[in-house]
Amino acid sequence: MAEKSKSESEAMPPLSKWVPAVLVAWLIPGGGHFLLKRPGRGAVLGASVACMFVLGLMMRGALFQPQGGDILTMVIYVGGFIANLMNGLLYILTVGLGYSQPDMPGHVHDYGAKFLVAAGLLNILAMVDAFEIATGKKD
Amino acid sequence: MPKMNLSHFEAALLFAFFTSVVLGVITKRSDRERVRYAVYCFVCFLAAIFGLSWLMYLGHG
Repeated sequence: MAEKSKSESEAMPPLSKWVPAVLVAWLIPGGGHFLLKRPGRGAVLGASVACMFVLGLMMRGALFQPQGGDILTMVIYVGGFIANLMNGLLYILTVGLGYSQPDMPGHVHDYGAKFLVAAGLLNILAMVDAFEIATGKKD
Repeated sequence: MPKMNLSHFEAALLFAFFTSVVLGVITKRSDRERVRYAVYCFVCFLAAIFGLSWLMYLGHG
């Protein structure tokens, strides 16, 4: 019984240990690392994600909205929306300030949309890194 | 916000650069290893860009 509870506690560290760092890492790219006193890594991660997001906006990339339909459309649009959402405050501010670029033909717009998605995916990696630092799996 | 017009190559290079930096920072433990891994990733991206570009060019006829 004691062994079981020990292995459970090892499997999932207490929420208070990692939730603030992961939440801040989501809202402010690189912020989780600053909270965990890794300012150098936080600055590099934050700058990379923010640059990619801003470049995506400057290329007038479209932000995804969840859509139904066939399975492929759903995966692309819901996945794209979640990836966009993972940019945290950058996404919230962008939508809040009225950015609504329609999906247009052209490679620049296409790259822009991909940059916006990729910035969110990179921020997910930064969040995972913050989680691992917060839980002591990484220094 | 100013509109930016980039070629395929420039956009792919920027994508490769930022992605490589993040991959380097989060995967390795020392700064030296991080830089080396970021450079390695960037070179791999470049190789993929040139390789796939030639493949498409040759495949297109």
